[in-house]
Amino acid sequence: MTGAFTDYPTTPSIYDETVTTDGGVRPGYEQISTQFDTFGLEDVRNRGEYVSKSYHDQGVTFDFEGEERPFPLDIVPRVIEADTWSHVEAGVAQRVKALEAFLADIYGPMQIITDKVIPRHIVTSSNHYHRVAFDIQPGNGVRVHVSGIDLIRDGEGAFRVLEDNVRIPSGVSYVLTNRRAMTSTLPEVVGTHRIRPVAAYPSRLLRALRAAAPSGITDPEVVVLTPGPYNSAYFEHSLLARLMGCRLVEGRDLVTQGGRVMMRTTHGLQPVHVIYRRVDDDFLDPVAFRNDSVLGCPGVLNAARAGNVTIANAVGNGVADDKLMYSYVPEIIRYYLGEEPILPNVDTWRLEDPTHREEVMDRLDELVLKPVDGSGGKGIVIGPQASKAELDQLRTTVSASPRGWIAQPVVQLSTVPTMVEDGLRPRHVDLRPFAINDGEKVWVLPGGLTRVALGEGELIVNSSRGGGSKDTWVLSGDGRRTRVEPRAQRQVQVGTAPQVALKRSEAEPAEQEQQQQQQQQQQREQHQLADEEVATC
Amino acid sequence: MLSRIAESLFWIGRYLERAEDTSRLLEVHLTLLLEDPVVDEEATSEVLLRVMGIDGAASPDHQTVLQLLGWDETSLTSMVAAFYGARESARRSRETVSLEMWEAVNTTWNMMRGNRLQHVPAHRACQLVRERCAVVGGIADTTMTHDEGWQYMMLGRQLERVDMTSRIIESAAYNADSPYAWTQTLRACGAHHAFIRTYRGAATDAQAAEFLLLDRMFPRSVLVSLQAAEDALASLEATTGGRRVGLTGEALRALGRARAELEFGSLEETMAHLPERMSRLQRTCSAVNDAVSDHYFDGAGASVWRAGVR
Repeated sequence: MTGAFTDYPTTPSIYDETVTTDGGVRPGYEQISTQFDTFGLEDVRNRGEYVSKSYHDQGVTFDFEGEERPFPLDIVPRVIEADTWSHVEAGVAQRVKALEAFLADIYGPMQIITDKVIPRHIVTSSNHYHRVAFDIQPGNGVRVHVSGIDLIRDGEGAFRVLEDNVRIPSGVSYVLTNRRAMTSTLPEVVGTHRIRPVAAYPSRLLRALRAAAPSGITDPEVVVLTPGPYNSAYFEHSLLARLMGCRLVEGRDLVTQGGRVMMRTTHGLQPVHVIYRRVDDDFLDPVAFRNDSVLGCPGVLNAARAGNVTIANAVGNGVADDKLMYSYVPEIIRYYLGEEPILPNVDTWRLEDPTHREEVMDRLDELVLKPVDGSGGKGIVIGPQASKAELDQLRTTVSASPRGWIAQPVVQLSTVPTMVEDGLRPRHVDLRPFAINDGEKVWVLPGGLTRVALGEGELIVNSSRGGGSKDTWVLSGDGRRTRVEPRAQRQVQVGTAPQVALKRSEAEPAEQEQQQQQQQQQQREQHQLADEEVATC
Repeated sequence: MLSRIAESLFWIGRYLERAEDTSRLLEVHLTLLLEDPVVDEEATSEVLLRVMGIDGAASPDHQTVLQLLGWDETSLTSMVAAFYGARESARRSRETVSLEMWEAVNTTWNMMRGNRLQHVPAHRACQLVRERCAVVGGIADTTMTHDEGWQYMMLGRQLERVDMTSRIIESAAYNADSPYAWTQTLRACGAHHAFIRTYRGAATDAQAAEFLLLDRMFPRSVLVSLQAAEDALASLEATTGGRRVGLTGEALRALGRARAELEFGSLEETMAHLPERMSRLQRTCSAVNDAVSDHYFDGAGASVWRAGVR
């Protein structure tokens, strides 16, 4: 094999998205392989370092334990071919529609429980099922304005859903900045591929948020609510606010008066209609949730109930991305949409079910155990990598609260070549496509955030656990740029040349020359005069 | 405009100007120590520190000054701390300041953070800070709309300029026994060249003070800065619906009084009580700051949620 991926190691049980086990380069990556080979490893590495430097200066960071860190971006893009993507896109959209219907149902008529598709206690025992949100009707019926459905590719390369994020999924800002960085770092490579653009995301989001405004508001004031600059995703909040042209507010900027949300401006209080909040439910409204929260705005939930403000994403969505609920999503899709799920789940054992629990307890050392409401990779125990003491500890914790845990087989995530110390080596990746629901259509951002675990064999890709990211290229058509037909010839008039002060002397070089000569001559004469003076002394 | 954002912009203006002026002050102080063979290093350093509001540094030398006014991130008066303040304010209002301005601020901070400036020769470090502040200011000027937020930034900047210039002049007044004091003071305000050209070289200390206080053409003179701060405030009052009779804001009144006193008072009297007059200007700046803060930043509907009280 020739190309950049010669001596690239593959493992038979793991699906590598770039190189097949017999050493061939998969379609979609041929061009990259050739071009990276032309650059040479050193050049590729240097370009990678340039990206880190520019991220540092642009402040493309996430906050980790009070410290701003640049988000590592790997130099090798991840490529997804057009037909693979259309499958993913359909699957994600289907899932979001089903979850949307599910949320509308359980915060209202609860038909799915009456029909005995899901046991009532599964819903009511979820930590994120908020009774205070019951029967709040969102503006245009949308609760999941933005979602991020985490996908992985299993050993056969098939996409599976790993988890749903319908509360406040983050990471989309890196999709936007990654593309910009790649365009400036690898212009030759970007230029030879037809990559579907991602830049439309902020305007799509703004459109969806405006569509969700309370009825009767023609020009809604949309704000982004951030917990503040010490939040790990503050960069994202400010980027989205900037690109949407919205105000970025903190909880203390908002007040509620008579069931309306107002913001404090230099011109007094002004009304707010849509809050794209990036503050967790627990902190959003101290009247309804944690009463010591200083990040939220007291009374905002009442304003939403009164229909004077729209909270996006809606309060209480967490019940739908509870990992125990995840195991019911295929049934939820069949129940509401009457369709078979396009993207399968990963096999999941529900530990609150005694037979499942018994089976899992015997095999703790070979399974992955996850807390149902964890995020950021928190609390996950990977059986084969855990010590005996950790497993014993886990056994006790799980027995004490079986509702809080699920178990899954260790899924060998697919790998993509990644620049590390030794050169290009396989590293595990996942994919978080982002979907926006504007009430009429679920739009899936072509690409999404590819997160990569930078340690060898490491399976947890979260940035808080040292993960990086890759730019995700969804190819259009066959992915090759072809020459487009030239547009009709435009007549372009020649403009006037820029004005310069030296015009006159340019026009008459003879005169300029003369002037210079005279100046020099005078100098010579002065020198002579001085010499003479010395001589006469 | 959100009150919080307005406040951040105001402070970006103040901190940037403070970083710049401190770097000028430091550079000049170091030069003075080198140029004047009979200077008392300890006394001069102590004057400078006291004027900058630092009391109780035991027998300070130029290293102490460099530390306290230059590198020390924990000292409120250092240029590094001032720039850090500007950077944090810009981070808080990141969606409002222009992208290019943010990048300029952040890049500069990356050059300064973690004591990086200490490893550069002191003169070079001062020059770096001064130039980077100019870059940030220039980029802000050409890439942000000159709207309300901009006026807050200008207000902050001019107010700080008045405050810092008055401190620089005050320290010169205390050091007047050195023949180099006023030349260095002019340099500290970036005014030396302009002054020489205006007064054709033949100039006295009194004229130097006059130039720094009252020149109508020089952008860093106290009079011009006061006037510019007034203009910024007046246009802010106009956007929030000013009154036809009199002035609405305490801030504008304080600024106007200070300016009138300088402009219409006699120079001799000002020169006779220079240090005292300069301290009074600094108090005015602080009063204006508080008035602006009360009126624009905390005014609207301040209410507090008390945890646990239902």
